[in-house]
Amino acid sequence: MEEVLKLLMQNARLTHSEIAVLLGKEEREVAKIVEKLEEDGVIKGYQAIINYEKLPHIPVFALIECKVMPKAEYGFQEIADRVMALDEVESVYLMAGNYDLAVFVKGNTMQEVANFVAKRLSTLESILSTSTRFVLQRYKQNGIILGEKEISDPRNMVL
Amino acid sequence: MEPKVIFNHHLKNVKPSVVGKFLEIANEYKEIISLSVGEPDFQTPWHIRQAGIEALEQGKTFYSPVRGLLALRQEISEYMAKRFNTLYQPKTEILATVGSSEAIEMAYRTLLNPGDEVLIVQPSYLVYEPMVYMAGAIPVIIETFEKDGFRLKPEQLKEKITSKSRLLILPYPCNPTGAIMEKEDLESIAEVIRETDMLVLSDEIYAELNYSDISHVSIASIEGMRERTIVTSGFSKAFAMTGWRIGYACAPEEIISAMTKYHQYAIMCAPTISQFAGIEALKNGAGDIVAMRNEYNMRRRYIVDRLLKMGLSCYEPKGAFYVFPNISSTGLNSEDFCEKLLKQKQVAVIPGNAFGECGEGFVRISYSFSLKHIIEAMNRMEEFIQELSREN
Ligand SMILES: Cc1ncc(COP(=O)(O)O)c(C=O)c1O
Repeated sequence: MEEVLKLLMQNARLTHSEIAVLLGKEEREVAKIVEKLEEDGVIKGYQAIINYEKLPHIPVFALIECKVMPKAEYGFQEIADRVMALDEVESVYLMAGNYDLAVFVKGNTMQEVANFVAKRLSTLESILSTSTRFVLQRYKQNGIILGEKEISDPRNMVL
Repeated sequence: MEPKVIFNHHLKNVKPSVVGKFLEIANEYKEIISLSVGEPDFQTPWHIRQAGIEALEQGKTFYSPVRGLLALRQEISEYMAKRFNTLYQPKTEILATVGSSEAIEMAYRTLLNPGDEVLIVQPSYLVYEPMVYMAGAIPVIIETFEKDGFRLKPEQLKEKITSKSRLLILPYPCNPTGAIMEKEDLESIAEVIRETDMLVLSDEIYAELNYSDISHVSIASIEGMRERTIVTSGFSKAFAMTGWRIGYACAPEEIISAMTKYHQYAIMCAPTISQFAGIEALKNGAGDIVAMRNEYNMRRRYIVDRLLKMGLSCYEPKGAFYVFPNISSTGLNSEDFCEKLLKQKQVAVIPGNAFGECGEGFVRISYSFSLKHIIEAMNRMEEFIQELSREN
């Protein structure tokens, strides 16, 4: 199972039959493992990794660090639920350290992100303060290097 | 008087390899996908590099003892015992060398006399044969075949043994065929060798890259063989340490003493920094070997599957990181196949005849490349084979 997962994490487009060959298993066995991983919610989805710089319109990404007043009974879950529900939000993590929630958002323009923070996020009642950090350059995403820069193979011995 | 350069006359027996000619063509292309190199694509594991860095920081930049650091030889001794069940005394039966390349050369230099015959199993590493010429000895080739899984058969060996036979080069796990010799195979070879006064040089540099269920067996662990075997090995392939140039020879005291004598004058000692890294590799590198082996194994299965689907006949390799498919069904010889594949699809593989004449009809494909790289190369090779069959 771990081997299958590792391969899918590297390349989710490998077919069951390719994974079967790579791991020396039967195709049916691989199909079963993947199905189980999906059913159990281990695999939550498959997405393309995009280099937005290649698109005509480059979106704006920001990390918003939020300090939160946790609710007595719910802790951070309630505020996390509310933030997660917002469309602009790509990821939400609870952090150890100087702030509580790391909220990654994507917008079309800086203005759009600014409006989102001012009107939707900081107005939520348990959010004490926010601090918005705009992303200047994305170099690597999910383990994939986004730029064109090929790392050339230094090896030349063929013996 | 004008200077006159007279070369060692053995040098003229050393022919340029077909690989050189082929690489020249390859260099004309910019965007080639290479499956040609003979070294790991992994970087040396970090903890091993760190041991090298620490040795540098601590100023351990001096010559080591001639035979190598005792601590290194102790680790090698323990490792050989644990992994291959062969016992070598660290003080007298192990020599640390500049890669296993030097170990092979030292063995030739100290064990061969003019006119001696050296039996070389082929297809195999293309260094064995020319270096025999340089030692003034005579290479005698034993061809192995796809139908035998490129294993050496005792009958074949017997046939080639004469009163002049001094040394058998046993190249398993084998570059380029990926063949291995299992215990029973080695026992039948040992039976033949024990009837002679010959020695065996067993090149076990790929011992850790064995994908069968049983791990590598050294001929030195077979009864009556230890006293007539020189095992050469090193860190290059198992620990991805090619550039560190560190290897070793294990053999009976008398042989190691002679090799040490020559090594002392020719080399002085193996690189000291690399020896420190080697100690760390043997102490804490077992997990790295497993991780790399698993990765190679996946690629191996993938390439063999693709080649079979292309309709090529292909022995399923059990060791090293090469596949050696039979391309004779395409109607091309090895060099033409490689040249066309390079020119039409910009994929570089090595003609099989580079590893001995009996490698004609085969090509060597290395899988020390990322899976992504291999998939692209196989796609191109498949197109190439399809286009060839359409032409015919
Ligand atoms: C079969 C074989 N033996 C020996 C060597 C030499 O390795 P090193 O001198 O790096 O130990 C190689 C390297 O390609 C090889 O393929």
